[in-house]
Amino acid sequence: MADAQITTLLGGTEDHDLTKLSEYQAIGGYGAGLERARAMTSDELIDELSRATLRGRGGAGFPMGRKASLIDRKSAKPKYLVVNADESEPGAFKDRQVMATVPHRLIEGCLIAAHAIESKDVFIYIRGEYLTEYEILAAAVEEARKAKLLGGVEITVHRGAGAYICGEETALLESLEGHRGQPRPRPPFPPLQGLYAAPTQINNVCTIATVPLILDMGAEEFAKTGVPSSPGTAIFSVSGNVVRPGNYELPLGTPMRTLLYDYAGGIADGRELKAVIPGGSSVPALTPDQIDVPLDYDSLGAIGTFFGAASLIVVDDRCCMVQLALRSTKFYMHESCGKCTPCRVGTRWMVQILESIEAGTATTADLDLLENVGDNILGKVLCALGEFAVYPVDSYLWKWRSEFVAHVEQGGCPFHGESSLEGILAPSDMHAHTPVAQEALV
Amino acid sequence: MSTFYEDVQKIRARYPEGSRSAALPALRLAQQKHGYLSREALEETADALDVTPAFCYSVATFYDMFQLEPVGTHTIEICTNLPCGLCGAQKVVEAFEQELGIKAGETTADGNVTLRAVECLGGCGYATVVAVDHRYRHHVKPEDAAEIVGGLDG
Repeated sequence: MADAQITTLLGGTEDHDLTKLSEYQAIGGYGAGLERARAMTSDELIDELSRATLRGRGGAGFPMGRKASLIDRKSAKPKYLVVNADESEPGAFKDRQVMATVPHRLIEGCLIAAHAIESKDVFIYIRGEYLTEYEILAAAVEEARKAKLLGGVEITVHRGAGAYICGEETALLESLEGHRGQPRPRPPFPPLQGLYAAPTQINNVCTIATVPLILDMGAEEFAKTGVPSSPGTAIFSVSGNVVRPGNYELPLGTPMRTLLYDYAGGIADGRELKAVIPGGSSVPALTPDQIDVPLDYDSLGAIGTFFGAASLIVVDDRCCMVQLALRSTKFYMHESCGKCTPCRVGTRWMVQILESIEAGTATTADLDLLENVGDNILGKVLCALGEFAVYPVDSYLWKWRSEFVAHVEQGGCPFHGESSLEGILAPSDMHAHTPVAQEALV
Repeated sequence: MSTFYEDVQKIRARYPEGSRSAALPALRLAQQKHGYLSREALEETADALDVTPAFCYSVATFYDMFQLEPVGTHTIEICTNLPCGLCGAQKVVEAFEQELGIKAGETTADGNVTLRAVECLGGCGYATVVAVDHRYRHHVKPEDAAEIVGGLDG
């Protein structure tokens, strides 16, 4: 007997080991939904996806059906579907859970999405560090292939090798083509010229893995959950100073407070909430009085931040905001691909200014200089990485300005060595260390 | 047993002809074979991919997981990005430094263990995340350092 209809991305994992094909099929996987999709024409399927108003879960929130409609299906070249599984945004760990627990839902989503754009070639680009998830996903693809479920579609799981920038779609394509992962100028956009200069659709893991639910339920039923502008559920990654960090799948539009307090158990160790970075470390932070916001693209946009990767980093009152800005910026400096000068040089300058603020050697003018450097990155780079360095720092500087000023006025950190990020080592700090003599090594 | 050259040709066959998509998998394979991407390893990879060694070098230097210098038999990589950092990752780094007698970024004198701080590993809800020989350990506390180091082969 089939179970009740699954309506969530992680649905069925409570009672089944869905990494196994037989168990996934037992709950209706690769079943009626896939059959229905394959019976449709491309136009009908794209229409179904468009009516579901599924918005991209990777960060930008672009409607998935509209993205599919942009593919140049008349092109004589092959059409490619590329799944972005390079999840690297600090705070995000949802794609990893999807690949590790419901790999067949992702694969079924690939088959449906490929059918919509008349593609026979799917690439899943998974970050190199996700070794266990790669093994699970690759085994699931093999299992589905042997069971002849792929219907002539080739799915290749391609591993990255450690570079945040490869989550940016054109950098991902460069990397998938075997090059350094540096973003491409646009236009041309990937739907016209993407992978191997052919029409290419690129979607996040969660977006694609949601597609089978839409085909199972029908677009209208799917659109009943969540909010009209962002239907469905999303997996929210909660990390930082909460009692129960983890992934929580909830309808879009759930108030942030409900997620943080009812699900994640509130602030840990009896501390006070200081800041929430709601979309991964690249977005502007919110203050405690802003956490009643509904968790959907438009509501977060309306208060000056982003839904991003649905990844909430919770910061309690033990954290120095200058140290937070510094550690965040060291990450973006480390991950800048070096192609655009404002990002390559600007992120380094930002680190240097923040180091001087933290050390107590900066002046008030340096706070303006920090903002000025940021202004000279925003809008002057090929991709969003440079902007991701600036957005959060600008928000810390505006909303917690008194803390920055206190560093300047007191000639040092007002946390006197007690901040939760005190002395935190970044990979970019390790260059100072002397490597051991080569003859001692294997 | 197949040669490295043959293995790379099999990888190349999975991608469109004329593309360089096999570069990352081939470099990974070379690194497994040589321990790190030495000049010799890069030249061997270039030959198998039918590209120049300079191309392989330029690609290898871009990605964090490719090692251009010798590394230890084992690697311990500690995430120190914001979510892990807020939950005490620095104390975990210091515990491993003390246990191994080296600083993060270094390799033990016997060449057995390389210790590194790394950027976000994608396990933010399970801080602190430590990758031991590329397998994740979750919720690592400073007091776990001795057991983790003790569990590595000599």
